Amino acid sequence: MGFFTDTSICIGCKACEVACKEWNELEGNKPELLLDSFDNTGQLDAQNWRHVEFIEQIPDNNGVVMTPTPIAGGQAWLMMSDVCKHCQNASCLEVCPTNAIVRTEFDSVLIQQDVCNGCRDCISACPYGVIGFNEKTGTAHKCTLCYDRLQNGMQPACAKACPTESIKFGYLDDLQVAADKRLAALQTAGYKKAQLYGRDATVYGGLNAFFLLMDKPEVYKLPNAQNATLPSRNNFAGYAGGFVTAVVGLVAGVLAFRSQRMNEKSDATR
Amino acid sequence: MPPAEHFALPPNWDWWILGYFFFGGLAGGSYAIGTLLRLVGTAADQRAARTAFITSFLALLPCPIFLIADLGQPLRFINMLFDASNGGFAFKPWSPMSLGSWALLGFGLFSFVSFVGAVAESGWHAADPIARIFRGTVGAVWNIIGTALGLFVCAYTGVLLAVSNQPVWSDGWPLGGLFLASSLTGAAALLLLLLRRRRDVDAGTAVRLELADRNFAILEALLLVVFLVTVGLAGTIGKMAGVWLLLWLVVILGLAAPFAFSRLDGARRWAPVTAPLLALLSVLALRALVIFSAQS
Repeated sequence: MGFFTDTSICIGCKACEVACKEWNELEGNKPELLLDSFDNTGQLDAQNWRHVEFIEQIPDNNGVVMTPTPIAGGQAWLMMSDVCKHCQNASCLEVCPTNAIVRTEFDSVLIQQDVCNGCRDCISACPYGVIGFNEKTGTAHKCTLCYDRLQNGMQPACAKACPTESIKFGYLDDLQVAADKRLAALQTAGYKKAQLYGRDATVYGGLNAFFLLMDKPEVYKLPNAQNATLPSRNNFAGYAGGFVTAVVGLVAGVLAFRSQRMNEKSDATR
Repeated sequence: MPPAEHFALPPNWDWWILGYFFFGGLAGGSYAIGTLLRLVGTAADQRAARTAFITSFLALLPCPIFLIADLGQPLRFINMLFDASNGGFAFKPWSPMSLGSWALLGFGLFSFVSFVGAVAESGWHAADPIARIFRGTVGAVWNIIGTALGLFVCAYTGVLLAVSNQPVWSDGWPLGGLFLASSLTGAAALLLLLLRRRRDVDAGTAVRLELADRNFAILEALLLVVFLVTVGLAGTIGKMAGVWLLLWLVVILGLAAPFAFSRLDGARRWAPVTAPLLALLSVLALRALVIFSAQS
């Protein structure tokens, strides 16, 4: 099961953020003016498991679009409710040394709070900056896909609260069909940059929380397919480099100790 | 190649981790040098070998403390080794942190036993059977296995950083090798510093250690270049510029010190202390540079 977030109909109301905080009893943010459009949340972290991004692509006074590109030749104000992607190939789950991060019966990725020891390796690995460290509990936190609600036959709080149905929850097969239809409709209407992110296996084997975007993934701070790589990509090269260095280092040491010994022997025989 | 994109949050691995990387590297490096002195050195090198094994264990002692102190839930440190949810061992070979936890445990055992052997050999219980065992074949095999584990502890810390999605770290796969070479340089410098005032240590041993130190420094410098090339190709080298240039200076000074001090007439008088101290500072600065710049 998973989410399909259609950013083309997100209105930035933040009902998802509020519903998430309320249901999961997450701490409220300290009131802060971030001067970043309508965003006063900042980022996903231990106390924000949903975050509505506001991306302004509005022409300046001269009609020149400053950042990054307009959609459909006009002006845009992109909004996206970001969340844990519950990746099929999850970086956090891969590196977690304690097996605190598990895949549930709903195919979501969950941090078991009673097992996590707060090493923060998952934070280092998550390419989406989803996981945060809670100083009070001393553990890592992120969206649970409302595991407790799912166990009781309810949909996640954010999807339930979304007034425009930008956040849809359901079986992935159904969501993918709906996403394909919506994408086709948008492209027919002239939104050529509209694209699905995480719908197929090109990004982390597919995302259980996938998106319909109105611009390139990078605009929404999402790594594109080329950059969506697992931490383990560096395992072989890292260890191989270490092994070669160890061998060369030991040889360098042997040479140092043996060569001087040879010198001493030759000095003694003279 | 287009620049790498990173949207990951920093894990806030700070001073405890820096301390662990530093002391863990010195412990592993000292053990490896101790083994080299024992197996290929002269009879006169054996005193230095014992010092190396003792140093290795003493440097290792704070490591688990640093690691546990860094955890958000320190009392759950045991979850690194035992699976609290499913039972059995928590062993994930593809997770450097998991593999490193086991390697540290194993190296701790080898380092401790070698420490006991070195102390026994040092004269407290010279006739002790333990000392005899450690001078024989069993001791050699023990040292070789311990060296493999010790060098793994030196290297995996770099691999741990590389196996992430952080800028700089994940762009620099040679970090494992670089940290290992740097550990050997630092350990050689530390031993030179410790052996400086010991009259019972052969002068030739110090000369051999200095040569080894220079060899290790060359290896480290080469790997540093490879690391910078990989990070440069990924387009994230800018993260290591700016205020970090000061640490770069310390790294370069430490690498150059073993060569410069042996060649400059005026500096030779200061060499026995200054060169190893600069080399040790360089080991610390390199790790601080890599750890903090990527998270800034």
